[in-house]
Amino acid sequence: MATKPRKRSFGQWATSRDGQKVFVMVAFMTVPLLLLFVFTYLPFAEMFGFSFYNMKYVGARKFVGFKNYIRVFQRDDCFGALKLSLYYMVGSVVQLALSLYLATVLSFKVKGSGIFKGFMFFPFLINGIAIGFIFKFFYTRGFVFDTVLQWCGFQLDNLPYWLRDKGVNNISLVGTSVWRYFGQNMVLFIGAIMSVDGELYEAAMLDGANRFQQFKYIILPSIKTIITLNVILSITGSLSAFEPPYVITSGANGTGTYFVIMHEIAHTQQKVGLASAMAVVLLMIIFAATILQKLFFKYVFKSADDEDLNATAKRDKKLAKMAARKAGR
Amino acid sequence: MTLLQKICKYLLVFLKYFSLVFFSFVAVLPVVSCAITAFKTDTEYQQTNVMVPPQNWLNFDNFIQAFQKANMGRAFINSVIILVCVLVISVFVGTQLAYVLNRFKFPGNNLIRNLFLFATLLPGVAMQVSVYEIMTNLHFINTLPGYIIMMCGTDVISIYIYIQFFENISVSLDESAIVDGASYFTIFYKILLPLLKPAIVTSCILKGVGTYNEYYSANLYLQDKKRLPTVATSLYTFVGPLGSKYNLICAGVIISLLPALILFITCQKQIYSGLTSGAVKG
Repeated sequence: MATKPRKRSFGQWATSRDGQKVFVMVAFMTVPLLLLFVFTYLPFAEMFGFSFYNMKYVGARKFVGFKNYIRVFQRDDCFGALKLSLYYMVGSVVQLALSLYLATVLSFKVKGSGIFKGFMFFPFLINGIAIGFIFKFFYTRGFVFDTVLQWCGFQLDNLPYWLRDKGVNNISLVGTSVWRYFGQNMVLFIGAIMSVDGELYEAAMLDGANRFQQFKYIILPSIKTIITLNVILSITGSLSAFEPPYVITSGANGTGTYFVIMHEIAHTQQKVGLASAMAVVLLMIIFAATILQKLFFKYVFKSADDEDLNATAKRDKKLAKMAARKAGR
Repeated sequence: MTLLQKICKYLLVFLKYFSLVFFSFVAVLPVVSCAITAFKTDTEYQQTNVMVPPQNWLNFDNFIQAFQKANMGRAFINSVIILVCVLVISVFVGTQLAYVLNRFKFPGNNLIRNLFLFATLLPGVAMQVSVYEIMTNLHFINTLPGYIIMMCGTDVISIYIYIQFFENISVSLDESAIVDGASYFTIFYKILLPLLKPAIVTSCILKGVGTYNEYYSANLYLQDKKRLPTVATSLYTFVGPLGSKYNLICAGVIISLLPALILFITCQKQIYSGLTSGAVKG
């Protein structure tokens, strides 16, 4: 090996600081990068490859070009299933609004807030399959949900079969997803609201701002980042909705979302190529949706930022006023 | 304050507490109704409405039966093994990676961070088609170690929690140790790792809950339900012929969520803060 004369020998280099640094980096990063590669990027690349083949997990593969993609767009069940995402989108909007409301209420002084918070958060910690059983039981004819509705004066005969009737079963499923996640969202929002400077509230209170104004002018602007993040996450989440139908109805009676159908095609029918093509198509849609939303929010905030300047100016004025009042006394 | 304003104020307070009570009720109702049914005998379950409390709150027959039928003893042992291994491995892997990414400047540092970040955008279910193929080729299906290695796969949230924590540990600590002649390994294991303890606890709780609750991958990769059930997949026993014996099923469900409940009651604060710090950064 031709080494430059000024270079130290390998042994010297290895014991030096620089050498050690490289050793540590290699030692510490090999495993995580290997894991990331094997379980994320390799499957990602393979999936692209699979989507051009007609294949099962075992056995011969046949190259078919774009046929799988064409079939994805031709099959009714694939794209029809994407319509169900609308239900999940509406659900996630309801969920965000609800958790934002509850978080605002709980971040002011409330008796027993810890207990309320705990009750509402706990569903997040239940495993998916248990949730499946809980809600199969919950929605069964004449069981929990029907009983509670009967207490409220509904007649059992007028109530639908919550998981069977095509008019309501998707709504019932979306309900379970809202039930599971609204508490978690709420905790996130409470965390964000708590990081707002408490002095702002005091100043606003002194100026006679009511709760709604405090919410609109202080809380909302300061947690808009986390709200945006959650909106983006929830829209991509609704496109890839999987768990509620998978564990509760197994996709029966028109509740099969895109991923439930993909899972079925991949693992029951073993049409791996077609399933891969489906996955690739949805990933594209998700990326497009994410980028569009990012641009959208960037645009919205750009115009909102001008307003924000005004808001900060107003806020500063308020603080100054308060200080003046205190000094005056 | 006029009378009208007073009424308005009380109405608002009432509405506030009413909504809190209402949504708490909604949140606990499904679980509580399940618990009620779990204590009922077969005849009681068939003859009484689901919301009627059981005659005997100490009737643990269903729990015992469910525990045996679903082979939950084995399942708990497996889950504990998986949990301990996954947590230990991912704590070491995660903290080491965060250490290098935070403390060393090198070309590609940002690229690696972005690679991890981008990985979160890919929905796990979509990838399962090809992950399954890779797991087959590695002969990882139906083996506990294989499943554990897959579950250790990267989770970005804890890496972010660690990086955030490293940012708050002063670099001068490292520098003075270097002056004293300590190697990087010593600095990491003897000085920094002990300081990271709060972050490790937080991320362990999050990762632990996720691993314990994982049923999709467990169902896919630990197909031998007799030998390799986890707590989550052991509940699959109740799909099929036992599908309508809800008193038994509910008992199984309640058993499976007891560990999560206990953890939640004892570590509420860490769970909340872990979630918040993970999300705000991510």
